[in-house]
Amino acid sequence: MRNRVLMNGNDALGEGAIRAGCDAYFGYPITPQNELTAYMARNMPAQGRVFIQAESEIAAVNMVFGAAVAGKRGMTSSSSPGISLKQECLSYLAAAELPAVIVNVQRGGPGLGNIAPAQGDYFQATKGGGHGDYHMIVLAPYSVQEMHDFTIDAFQLADHYRTPVMILTDGRLGQMMEPLSLHTGKPPKVPPKPWALTGALGRKPNHIRSLLLEDGALEQRNLILQAKYRKIMAELVRFDERMTRDADALVVAYGTSARIVEGAVDKARDMGLKIGILRPITLWPFPKARIRELATRVKGILVVEMSSGQMLEDVQLAVGDRAPVIFEGRLGGAVPDESAIIQSLETLVRHRHRGGRS
Amino acid sequence: MSPRSKTISTTRRSIYRHPISLVNRPTHFCPGCGHGTTYKLIAEVLDALDIRERTIGVAPVGCAVMAYYYFNCDISEAAHGRTPAVATGIKRCLPDRIVFSYQGDGDLAAIGMAETIHAANRGENITVVFVNNSVYGMTGGQMAPTTLTGQKTITTPSGRDTSLAGPPIDVCKLINALDSPWHIERVALDSPAGVRRTRKALMTAFKGQMEGKGYSLVEILSPCPVHIHKTPVEALSFLKERMIPAFPLGIFRKEGKRLT
Repeated sequence: MRNRVLMNGNDALGEGAIRAGCDAYFGYPITPQNELTAYMARNMPAQGRVFIQAESEIAAVNMVFGAAVAGKRGMTSSSSPGISLKQECLSYLAAAELPAVIVNVQRGGPGLGNIAPAQGDYFQATKGGGHGDYHMIVLAPYSVQEMHDFTIDAFQLADHYRTPVMILTDGRLGQMMEPLSLHTGKPPKVPPKPWALTGALGRKPNHIRSLLLEDGALEQRNLILQAKYRKIMAELVRFDERMTRDADALVVAYGTSARIVEGAVDKARDMGLKIGILRPITLWPFPKARIRELATRVKGILVVEMSSGQMLEDVQLAVGDRAPVIFEGRLGGAVPDESAIIQSLETLVRHRHRGGRS
Repeated sequence: MSPRSKTISTTRRSIYRHPISLVNRPTHFCPGCGHGTTYKLIAEVLDALDIRERTIGVAPVGCAVMAYYYFNCDISEAAHGRTPAVATGIKRCLPDRIVFSYQGDGDLAAIGMAETIHAANRGENITVVFVNNSVYGMTGGQMAPTTLTGQKTITTPSGRDTSLAGPPIDVCKLINALDSPWHIERVALDSPAGVRRTRKALMTAFKGQMEGKGYSLVEILSPCPVHIHKTPVEALSFLKERMIPAFPLGIFRKEGKRLT
């Protein structure tokens, strides 16, 4: 395969997983991520790796659990309704500190919704869609290149922090084609996993468990998890910032919304509006410190999402009363309109806005 | 030293020892429960086949979850019912290891039925140990998929009404309808002879996996005296007189061929 290729996002993500040394992929059909499962079906067995089309999304993620238990790199993918089914196991993965990669190619919801791109699963992904006190690292690509690159990062981060990592993307990024440079060179190094279950040959048996009934044991366990989450928050925050130096207003958007925002901001700049962009790459941990900092320098902040305003709440928490925060969003698989974004930006810069959902 | 004791010492040989694959600790199970016996039998088989150091067990939600206290081998927890999926993930990634699941009736035949059937249908090279005691034990004696017709539980206080809850599910019969499984057998811990047959069935299943034969299911009818509201001795009578007629013992599938 040539290094510079034209691919759709789902395939690029699959190729990223393969180049990251993914040992086992488990999937179940759901639109708009089917290209990814088909890509893995074509390419994983051909390389002597594990591919199973599971009986359900639930079985698929629990097979990933098994692969992680065995010390291998496992991945599953689905779209919104299927991701809901996986939530129980995500909690178990987090509790047992098992590395795994979960891909959510989001579609419109709630319910069966539709198969159009959406960003309505932000709360589910970043606030812990499963039960108990846990977090997952959540990466949000915004191009086919990043679909590929972030998948490689996801496997590295999952192993490094012993945690499930979610790639939160959407049907548009999954289906659209763009040129990209494929990761070349050696597959990334996998850290040793002395905790894995490989058979207790010459060592004490290993146990993977999350049931802790002994008095106080579960609180201790939770404190260890929370310490890890604080470490991730301190070390991992990633974002992409553009044109903020002279900005009068800031737009915060991720994924497909950020792509649309880039076009809108270019036009707004042509109109003389000084707008900057902050694009969170890690949705958890969220770049709240940087957003708080920028909030003191701008007249207002616009949040753009393909949801009713979910990341908006994290931006508001970060900003407090430092600047007004307004929102532009579309729902149910609709995509924000460039002109609506420009209009909101004009309001923000030329008239002081009180904030809230516009 | 008397001549008599000398005679004994010259002919002494080990006729019983604690299995290496079993941790030497008191059991937390209720009096008369069959789990302790089943654990010991599995441990004896792991010892006999010398596979303790390459075996990985999967224990799901229910009384089965405590397996890591007792087995001296690698053990993973699984979410309720997802045991065969987790076992599949492990086995496919480590095909030269021995992987077994240890599941109760609620786990295997209610919440995990989809995973059970599909792992069997794929012919996963794993050993499924299915403990059928006709009730949910850990949660306090609710109706299981294998609760007998008319049997009283805390969720069938007037007895299981098949017009509302359906009849008990015969798992061996159900799995035997699939083409892929290699060995399917039902045994019972109703007597010393039953315990010996159970060990033999487990031996067949684990040995088959070592030889790459494929999917084995050993269903073990087991007493849960506390939740069927009987003494340990009465529970064995219940096993013999009520459970075995409803769940006939025997080999359903041998070396991939249907016997029933």
